[in-house]
Amino acid sequence: MKKTVITIIGKDNFGIIAAASAICAECNVNIMDITQSVLDDMFVMVMLADISKANCSFGEFSDKMREFGGKSALDVRVMHEDIFNSMHRI
Amino acid sequence: MINLKDIMETVTMISHENLDIRTITMGISLLDCADSDIKKSCEKIYEKITRKAGRLVAVGEEIEKEYGIPIINKRISVTPVSMLAAVSAGNPVEYAKTLQRAAESTGVNFIGGYSALVQKGFAAGDRELIESIPEALAVTENVCASINIGSTKAGINMDAVRLAGEVIRKASQKTAERDCIGAAKIVVFCNAPEDNPFMAGAFHGVGEPDCVINVGVSGPGVVASALKKCKGDLGEVAEVIKRTAFKITRMGQLVGTEASKRLGVPFGIVDLSLAPTPAVGDSVAHILEEMGLSVCGAHGTTAALALLNDAVKKGGVMASSSVGGLSGAFIPVSEDAGMIAAARSGDLRIEKLEAMTAVCSVGLDMIVIPGDTPAEVISAIIADEAAIGMVNSKTTAVRVIPAIGKREGEELNFGGLLGEGPVMPVNLKSSPKKFIERGGRIPAPLQSLKN
Repeated sequence: MKKTVITIIGKDNFGIIAAASAICAECNVNIMDITQSVLDDMFVMVMLADISKANCSFGEFSDKMREFGGKSALDVRVMHEDIFNSMHRI
Repeated sequence: MINLKDIMETVTMISHENLDIRTITMGISLLDCADSDIKKSCEKIYEKITRKAGRLVAVGEEIEKEYGIPIINKRISVTPVSMLAAVSAGNPVEYAKTLQRAAESTGVNFIGGYSALVQKGFAAGDRELIESIPEALAVTENVCASINIGSTKAGINMDAVRLAGEVIRKASQKTAERDCIGAAKIVVFCNAPEDNPFMAGAFHGVGEPDCVINVGVSGPGVVASALKKCKGDLGEVAEVIKRTAFKITRMGQLVGTEASKRLGVPFGIVDLSLAPTPAVGDSVAHILEEMGLSVCGAHGTTAALALLNDAVKKGGVMASSSVGGLSGAFIPVSEDAGMIAAARSGDLRIEKLEAMTAVCSVGLDMIVIPGDTPAEVISAIIADEAAIGMVNSKTTAVRVIPAIGKREGEELNFGGLLGEGPVMPVNLKSSPKKFIERGGRIPAPLQSLKN
């Protein structure tokens, strides 16, 4: 299973998670876990998703997500989970 | 699921604290390209570099995207060109032009290895190559040169030191209208590492495999912001740096192994380095200031740097399967916002920087000196640095840029990662001329007799 971590940070607004989930669905990316909070009007979301059955390449999926971030003035990052595992686990 | 706090920490390091992989450097041996006909030799070099490194930039970008970690530079280091010049004879500048062509077609931003290793004396090709460096760097954009003039085992080749001083001046003169950029692309080493991924001093040592991937990490901003939250004593400061260096290096290790897998090239080393850039929040000087110095260059700077350098290594060494290169904190003046400010205000001087080089990983790096500094003074600066490296069994280097036509108070601006810097005062009242003119070799110190 190839997993990715998607983070979205920015000003809170309607439908951020809906839009992000729609992109996942469109690309056949399965959301496995999701957590979000709003602190002082600041929206923070972290999503763990399985991309092993995705119908597009990692790069294309990441581009779509970032395009959505750009349009909505949100900082969207799509990162392979290995980077977190290697940095924070021994 | 991975801890939310850890995820946010990594994301903040990248988005706000300038965490990045400074360079993926592919080392390529050119020994099998040597030919007695310089034209044939150049053709073989071009063919081999473009074959081996053709996908380097693309793979780098792919990894960058997938892991969400910026990889700033993709570079190539090659076998010291003096060895090829020894076989072919002819004008070594032809090699520099070939390397430039290869750099352009592979899309890398620097190619290092226009080098000669002359710590014990000159072999065929060495002197010709060294003398051609000013011309080679003036007619190329992305080629970097280095000379190893000393080592703990061999002593210091003072004839090469003298020559190097002249070469640096000439390189500056030849590129005077381009802010003397030529001199910013030469490093003169003592104890040069053969697997260094950082420019301008990278070359592919003769003991290295045919092709290898080395990675240089960075992250002074991450260390500085971790220290901001640390209110404890210096023991705790060292702990915080160690922990941060561990995380940074693990990322380097991951990127290095991934790149080597995708390129089908063995993974060499991670260089555990804190490499600054002129960007705000990416400065080694600011780490030292965060420890409690009002400005980098104050008394106490050497001790603070010693702590930093040691903690970076201790944290990094467990995070990587194989550590090499320069490994430690870098102090390039023009590439570090804090150092630039300290040099401008006069708080940071060359004498202090020299002391700092005794406890960190490199040497006098990216220092702009007055345009009228004579070659013998540059040679003497090199000799001093080399002596520190030779006696302490460590790498030291000199990369100074004589600002032709400029004096104290004026500045040079190289742009990009090389940054900008004020002309720093050099002691020009006294002269080392006779000492440098004596030439010969400073014998290896007792430390060399370890067997």
